[in-house]
Amino acid sequence: MRNALLDIRDLRLAFKGYSGLVEVLHGISLHVGAGEKVALVGESGSGKSVTARIILGLLQELRTAQVSGSVLFDGQDLEQQPLKARQGLRGTRISMIFQDPTSSLNPVYPIDAQFIEVLKRGSPGVAEADARTRAVALLKDVSIPEPERVLASYPFQLSGGMNQRVMIAMALANEPSLLIADEPGTALDVTVQAQTLHMMRDLVERRGTSVLFISHNLGVVREFADRVYVIYKGRLVEHGETHELFHNPRHPYTRALMAAVPRITGGGIPQIDEATDGFQDPMIDHEAEVST
Amino acid sequence: MRRTLYILLSNPLSAIGLFLVGTVVFAAVFADFIAPFPSHRGAVVDFSNFNQPPHWPNIFGTDLVGRDVFSRILYAYRISLMLGVVVLAIAVPIGVTVGLAAGYLGGWAEFVLMRLTDVFLSIPPLVLAMSVMGLLEPTLTNGMLAVTTMWWPWYARLVYNVTRSEAQEGYVLAAEIIGASRLHIMFREILPNCVPSIVTKMTLDLGFVILIVSSLSFLGLGVQAPTPDLGSMVAEGGNYLPDSWWLTVFPSLAILIAVFGFNLLGDALRQLLGSDQ
Repeated sequence: MRNALLDIRDLRLAFKGYSGLVEVLHGISLHVGAGEKVALVGESGSGKSVTARIILGLLQELRTAQVSGSVLFDGQDLEQQPLKARQGLRGTRISMIFQDPTSSLNPVYPIDAQFIEVLKRGSPGVAEADARTRAVALLKDVSIPEPERVLASYPFQLSGGMNQRVMIAMALANEPSLLIADEPGTALDVTVQAQTLHMMRDLVERRGTSVLFISHNLGVVREFADRVYVIYKGRLVEHGETHELFHNPRHPYTRALMAAVPRITGGGIPQIDEATDGFQDPMIDHEAEVST
Repeated sequence: MRRTLYILLSNPLSAIGLFLVGTVVFAAVFADFIAPFPSHRGAVVDFSNFNQPPHWPNIFGTDLVGRDVFSRILYAYRISLMLGVVVLAIAVPIGVTVGLAAGYLGGWAEFVLMRLTDVFLSIPPLVLAMSVMGLLEPTLTNGMLAVTTMWWPWYARLVYNVTRSEAQEGYVLAAEIIGASRLHIMFREILPNCVPSIVTKMTLDLGFVILIVSSLSFLGLGVQAPTPDLGSMVAEGGNYLPDSWWLTVFPSLAILIAVFGFNLLGDALRQLLGSDQ
């Protein structure tokens, strides 16, 4: 377990503001094994997305952000590495998918120009024609029926679901070992979201790509992930195998989170207390108990 | 392209704008062939035919030394347009670069660049141009310099605003994550999204640059005699109003047509490019 692909240890983050330091993450440790799909679940503002940004090294560039702790990728501490090497990982070994697929593509360029740019990033000096063939193959992988037509289109000419698939194809184009998915498909409707997530799961399982799946949608997480971390106000509160955690949620916050999901059979929107004392309880780690 | 033309022509105002601009540009480019007296753009004197009201072949009359007003207006258009194009060709790249840098980089770059822009914007344009021209010699080159100095801040501010909103878009974040350089993001990702606003403003501005250049030469600070210029023609003729009305009225109308045309076309482009997105 210790040769995880991504290993985050005691990650802390604070923002410098007018009123002094604001702590956002209070020591987060998590790991993602090779080929594993791990979800990070929490409410808005709990620190999910900043964690993703730290892994990519984007927040460290901000002068107001203070980051401590270590992020190990493939056994190497990213903080110790020169900036060049770190930036070299982005888009090649680590890639990312966002919430809103349509705005993630530049509206003034057709898909092929953007796709080929991504492929060139992975293998510099690749011939235009080869890159195009590869793009077509990759788009076929994400079940796009007419890849040639899609390649010639502009992002605003495609539907949200199409754009999401294009984004997934692009993100996996350079065969990354880690894919960070930041609430993918939240901007899409439920049916399309379900389809794309299924497709994405098949693809990453076939390629053995590790996924860090960031979401607030418990239903989606349950279907997608192998393991789940629950994050609340910058602290991890519960961790365990998906099955185990969903059947036996033990932390008060996890229970509240699950109770908060509206039932499709009605019964109104549940009442949630903003903060109960129990929410600050120490982390419950299902795995740690198993091993001892 | 064909669709663009169709939309432009289907709106009467846009069609008029396109027609006026087309006429002005045509007149400026082919002045040598249209002008009945091409030599009259220079220091020609013909006292046998001076200060005549409109008649054939001097359809707009002749000026105080017997030169054909119509021919001189055509050549004045050529100079005004050239000035307009040169001013924009210098001011736009400067303003766009400043705006992009300030809008995307933020922090100190934004503070310094935008406050500098504000300083330039706070000075009334004509006054700034006049002081530059007064300080230096009033030549064509200095005229361009003066007008350029006061023109770039508008583009800086425009592009700054567009950049600020575009920088929030997902594709910029996506480019950052894939490891694109700042220059790449500024010029390859954000700039193409600013082009519609820039082109629209440039069309509107061509008219205003012509107006400003004419104002400067009206005040005697622009293009110098004997080179024809709309502003100086109006100024000269003004002394002989109302008797020799053709000396003032026709150059003034020429300015009106050019500015009006570019404005209508600019408005049309704004609607066209705005509704496209």
